[in-house]
Amino acid sequence: MNLNHIILIPLIPLAVFLILGIFYNKIKPAVSGYVGVLGLLTATGLAFYSAYNYFIVIGKTEGVYQTIVEKTVWMNFTDSLRIDMGILIDPISVMMLIVVSVISLMVHIYSRGYMKGDPGYTKYFAFLSLFTFSMYGLVLATNLFQIYIFWELVGVSSYLLIGYYYTKESAVAAAKKAFVVTRFADLGFLIGILIIGYYTGTYDFETLNNPEGTSILNWASTSFMGLSVLTWALLLIFIGGAGKSAMFPLHIWLPDAMEGPTPVSALIHAATMVVAGVYLVARLFPMYYFIEDGFALNIVAFVGAFTALFAAVIAITQTDIKRVLAFSTMSQLGYMMLALGVSGYEGHEGLGYMASMFHLFTHAMFKALLFLCAGSVIHAIHSNFLKDMGGLRKYMPITNITFLIAALAIAGVPPLAGFWSKDEILVAAFEHNTFLYVIGLFVAGLTAFYIFRIYFGIFWGKEGNYKDKPNESPGSLTAPLLILAFFSIVGGFIPFSEFISADKAGFETHVNYPLAAIAVFAGLIGIALSWMFYKKENELADKFANGFGAFYTWAYHKFYFDELYLFVTKRILFNGIAKTAARFDKKYVDGTMVGIGNQTLNTSEKIKGIQSGKVQDYAFAFIAGAVVLAIICIYLWTN
Amino acid sequence: MNFSSFLLMRQEIALLAIILILVIAEIFIPKNRKASIVHLTVFLFGIHTIIGFFQIDESYLFGGMFRTNHLIHFFKNVLNIGVLILLLQSADWIQEKIMNQNKGSEFFILLFSSLLGMYFMISAGDFLMFYLGLELSTLPVAALAAFETMKRISSESGIKLILSSALASGVSLFGISMLYATTGSIYFSEIVQTLSSTNLTLLGMVLLFAGISFKISLVPFHFWTADVYEGAPISVASYLSVISKGSAVFILMILLFTVLQPLVHIWENMIYIIAIATMFIGNLFALRQQNMKRFLAFSSIAQAGFILLGLIEGSQLGTATVVYFVLIYIFSNLAAFGVVQAISLQTGKEQIKDYEGLYRTNPNLSLVLMLALFSLAGIPPVAGFFGKFFLFTAAASKGLYLLVFLAVVNVTISLYYYLLVVRAMFLRKGDNPIPFFRNKFYMRIGLAITVLGILLLGIYSPLYDYIYELSSAFN
Repeated sequence: MNLNHIILIPLIPLAVFLILGIFYNKIKPAVSGYVGVLGLLTATGLAFYSAYNYFIVIGKTEGVYQTIVEKTVWMNFTDSLRIDMGILIDPISVMMLIVVSVISLMVHIYSRGYMKGDPGYTKYFAFLSLFTFSMYGLVLATNLFQIYIFWELVGVSSYLLIGYYYTKESAVAAAKKAFVVTRFADLGFLIGILIIGYYTGTYDFETLNNPEGTSILNWASTSFMGLSVLTWALLLIFIGGAGKSAMFPLHIWLPDAMEGPTPVSALIHAATMVVAGVYLVARLFPMYYFIEDGFALNIVAFVGAFTALFAAVIAITQTDIKRVLAFSTMSQLGYMMLALGVSGYEGHEGLGYMASMFHLFTHAMFKALLFLCAGSVIHAIHSNFLKDMGGLRKYMPITNITFLIAALAIAGVPPLAGFWSKDEILVAAFEHNTFLYVIGLFVAGLTAFYIFRIYFGIFWGKEGNYKDKPNESPGSLTAPLLILAFFSIVGGFIPFSEFISADKAGFETHVNYPLAAIAVFAGLIGIALSWMFYKKENELADKFANGFGAFYTWAYHKFYFDELYLFVTKRILFNGIAKTAARFDKKYVDGTMVGIGNQTLNTSEKIKGIQSGKVQDYAFAFIAGAVVLAIICIYLWTN
Repeated sequence: MNFSSFLLMRQEIALLAIILILVIAEIFIPKNRKASIVHLTVFLFGIHTIIGFFQIDESYLFGGMFRTNHLIHFFKNVLNIGVLILLLQSADWIQEKIMNQNKGSEFFILLFSSLLGMYFMISAGDFLMFYLGLELSTLPVAALAAFETMKRISSESGIKLILSSALASGVSLFGISMLYATTGSIYFSEIVQTLSSTNLTLLGMVLLFAGISFKISLVPFHFWTADVYEGAPISVASYLSVISKGSAVFILMILLFTVLQPLVHIWENMIYIIAIATMFIGNLFALRQQNMKRFLAFSSIAQAGFILLGLIEGSQLGTATVVYFVLIYIFSNLAAFGVVQAISLQTGKEQIKDYEGLYRTNPNLSLVLMLALFSLAGIPPVAGFFGKFFLFTAAASKGLYLLVFLAVVNVTISLYYYLLVVRAMFLRKGDNPIPFFRNKFYMRIGLAITVLGILLLGIYSPLYDYIYELSSAFN
């Protein structure tokens, strides 16, 4: 079976981009929408076809899925270092092809309705295609250099997309912030690449990731400040990944990036670009695991766990629904990093790795769904804020149901997709480190809480003051919602561990019932709490109450409990901890980054005076400079 | 001295011939048809550039004063390409503003004389030839800077340039004399054998370095740059920032890698701190500029700092990455200057503020400028990224991670200010955007070539392979 057609998958969106970009004045908006959707439909078809071929038709050879690499030598950089270009096909890249294709296709379809009448319609679709192309390229890269190129290209195209509403000052600022902050993180990535290139003499993932070869350990023997240079390189690369995947403290761009069009957020900030960091660590996983007993991997785990917690706490306080989703994404990405960080390598040991990829997959589906639902709501009532919403379930039944499905999925309620993947993550964490497990479990509860908080806030509760009666969105918007809802329901039943595992051999997983029960329980508590706080204003949500009847009545009648909860959660958790965390984030984390920028500007202002415009001063500087240099040369460096 | 050894100087002779033809044309072409001089010049120089691509043998002339090899020949071709693009971009300006003052051919003659000086400079086999070339390449540019004699600021720019460059060449001559004093020779091949690190040679080296650094605008020898760029006609600023700088980088590389090779452990350190200072100063100053020309001046200073990262590597890899970067830099910077030139010619506007909303009125020009700035900022997949990445790899291969780190920090700073301009064009409305205009034929060709270069040079890998092969010349 040959997989040569995979090369077409990235080329199709590139072609669409070129067509729309070159003829953007001559193409009618409606046509450009169709061109975009059709192109991506083909790419998606090919992606599924390739996945079928790769996993089923070709299957395992000698018990493992083979890594297929098609590449050509692009450049002989030096006599010893070669740079290739090509495509790399292995389980995770095939899985990512599916994720990127499905989400991008849904967003394309959705955007046809959402952006209707926008003056830059064609430009928008061109950018979408460019982004999709870059993402495919990133996924299929065969070496570090190639992945870096596409990594940056993803950054550029997301800059264009976030800043799409260029008349909005805040959108422009957000686009620039996202670009510059991730670029700042890429400093680490770039230097990491250079270090790896220098010490190992190769950029190829295949060579770097070969655990059998002793070369990895040989390379690791040079040390710098107590750690192997390669550990340093991996940590630096992780900084790059943390920037794209919005890990603390490089997350500050993500909430602001919500200024972009909502479908764009669904594509970029839920399912594709932000998981690039996770993908990068997974791509280099054997290196992370084998070098110095996974020192770098531990860092990944703790950063992931902290981000998961930190972001979930902040998500509770936000009133802009897109921002809640943004923090929620951060938190879930933290989960994925955590899972990678606690993973082992062989067989069942590699549960974390598989769980991370599994969660990446299911999360892409339900988070994209949440964003698109939010877009549907925003489209209907023209506001992002919870205070303007409420009671929308009557007007927007499809959005309501699909949002609920996604919310249940992210809350980890069985048998929806999120349950299965989150469960695996928690099991992996439990087997590795109890502390991380407890954090993970707590975050699971918080997740359920904040997501239902906005769910109740939007669809239940007191009706907002709507000028016109809100209507359900048109079919082009709801169709993708239904499709994604379908994936969010069944996605968890895919026997993921058969296909994807760190050693590519696959293994059997079984549900760990006690742990699963605890996790589900944590989720249900979260849901119940938000129920009490945010649904109560509603007269009585009859149907819903029946479902959870007993628990609800119990909680409702034990009013003093409620008061206690209120005190603990609202006063302490909400006002005390969460608000402080949010303020800390805004003021110090964000503030530091902004401060660095401002300091640079100030310095620039201060030294401006040196450039006086007088030639005498210039001559003086010239001579003085030469003399100082000469003195340094002669007295400092001659020994 | 026979005919075939004369052919080794083919480039120089051809350029001299063009200059003479222009002198004759100036005399014989009637006044009302002077405009055709521009066409003639572009045509002749185009032919000259193309012929340049035919290989020349490697050899010495005049007892070692003049030498040429494949790499040096390639340098000259790179400069030719740059000058050709520059001619295309400034043809309209000359026809509209300069021809009626009856100075058209004068401009070209001065420009070509300067280029001729650069040829001799990089082909020099001894310090005498080097110095003559250096002077010949600098003096005409001062006249060019003051070319718009009606404008006070242009004259000021010319005066500043001539004063500064007189100082610089005086200093480097002083340095050369010290090297002569300690080694007893002015021939590169002889100096390298007897050079040792005495105080006097070190002083000589530093002074020589200062003189050349002046042309590359390395800190602290850069002060003239912004003032001169701002006052000079855009073509001249463009020439200074691209061609003049490129040639100086080439000669600096030749001197460091061949003549001063024995002092490598000293000049490495020197380059190291100069690189850091240049990157930071260039970038920090660029942050606050309002005028496009000054902005590009500081940006080009910062870019020079990056070039030093490749120089510090000191061998084949360093040579290859520097030459490759300079080639890409020529295209990127000429694209940027070309757009500024086009806009200035049509509207006289040169402030960044004036560029607000440009995308709505002149989308193509904005796209060109965006590509150019992205290339200067080093964003993949445009050529500038590859250039920078390779320079960093060269420095990293020497284990200079701190330097690479600082360089990458600077790339981020520079991204900020390049984006400021991109933002002005694309993301701001602008109260009074520059109205739509069409460029003339030459300008369009000039810009199109640069855009092709920016898009293709990075991706077309045989180019780097070719340069890498040539670069073994100094080892």
